[in-house]
Amino acid sequence: MVLPTNLQHLATANDLTKTIQEHNHVMVCCGRMGPMCIPVYGIMEELQSEYKHVAFRDMAFDSPEAHIIRNLPECRGFMGIPFTVYYKDGKVVAATSSIQSRDQITSILDREFKG
Amino acid sequence: MENNHFHTIVIGAGPAGLTAGIYLSRAKMKTLVLDSGIAGGQLILTHEVANYPGIEKISGYALSENMRKQALKFGCEMLSGISIATIDFESTMKSLSLTNGKKFTADTIILATGGRSRTLNVANEDFFKGRGISYCATCDGDFFQDKEIAVVGGGNTALEEAVSLTKYASKVTLIHMLDHFQAFAHAQEEAMNNPKISFMMNSRITSFNGVDKLESVNIENLLTHEQTEMKLDGVFVFIGYEANTDFVQGKCIRLNDRKEIITDEKLQTNVPGVFAAGDAIDKKYRQITTAVSDGTIAALNAIEFINTRKSLQANHANSLIV
Repeated sequence: MVLPTNLQHLATANDLTKTIQEHNHVMVCCGRMGPMCIPVYGIMEELQSEYKHVAFRDMAFDSPEAHIIRNLPECRGFMGIPFTVYYKDGKVVAATSSIQSRDQITSILDREFKG
Repeated sequence: MENNHFHTIVIGAGPAGLTAGIYLSRAKMKTLVLDSGIAGGQLILTHEVANYPGIEKISGYALSENMRKQALKFGCEMLSGISIATIDFESTMKSLSLTNGKKFTADTIILATGGRSRTLNVANEDFFKGRGISYCATCDGDFFQDKEIAVVGGGNTALEEAVSLTKYASKVTLIHMLDHFQAFAHAQEEAMNNPKISFMMNSRITSFNGVDKLESVNIENLLTHEQTEMKLDGVFVFIGYEANTDFVQGKCIRLNDRKEIITDEKLQTNVPGVFAAGDAIDKKYRQITTAVSDGTIAALNAIEFINTRKSLQANHANSLIV
């Protein structure tokens, strides 16, 4: 179960584990094809060329495999999609719930993935 | 520099801006459409569009993508994710620079900056966004299965979404500042006949409370000024839109008291050669269809403006030769 976006998809929990092992900086947007999620995928697509040191991925929120995002302690209390999680060196360094603007996303990328 | 000159620069890539882009580029006008986010504007936040003539049902995202591709097919240039650093509306040749250092000039500018959902402007609102506060019932409704929630607003969207949220929530309280709703009668009737919905009129939320997620709100009765705390799991906010005109405020473009751009019947602002279209202008109805109409009118008048000036300049040159 994957989303019809132009991002690289994470279909399984193992895909995510492998991705955060292989990349130091990972941003994952876990959502649906709805109005609060689509703008975030669009922003991520555009940021790929600017933030080449970050691996941008999406994951289908309704996939059972997405438990790996949905059940993160950092996502406790989240009640709005998408759940967007930022991993640095395999660890969660930031997580947001609901739609985010380009400025909100780049401020996290700049703060957490500097250099 | 020559490559950076356009007949028209359209600021905003929602339905109004994209329509202007389609009309201008199809008329062989060199056109640049700029947007601070991604193309589509408020349209991509619309789950389903069912009243766009000729299309029975389509997602807002798909409709905006169709418009974007159509504009590109006609040769329209587009830059998204931009931020404007400076802008000169008043000179005959308009100019603007972006924060990334790029500079552009144009004969005309169309302001199609659209609108954004109004927020309550209450402390902690941003913190609880996605942690109990939502602006999209179709997106987040299922997080509130068997929970008690409130819907804030009194227009069609607020009442219709309150009804749709009763599919999930055990109880929905509609909170509205006025003593009456502005929604159409049929929307009011449907909400009032729904046993899960109760009403709290002349009231407003004054604070959001909780730790990791929303747990309660404080509500003020605007007639008695009495404050009460209501335990809630979620609040959905539907209190209309405001114009995205922050970057023209304090400049020469005339705005009304709601910060919407004032235009004439040609959708020209008080500055010659600067037009405006869509949700950012002073008008009554804000629909996709009215934005598309505005984009068309502004584009056609921008073309007329350019052609008129060109012929005046040619006549002037000829008179000098004679």
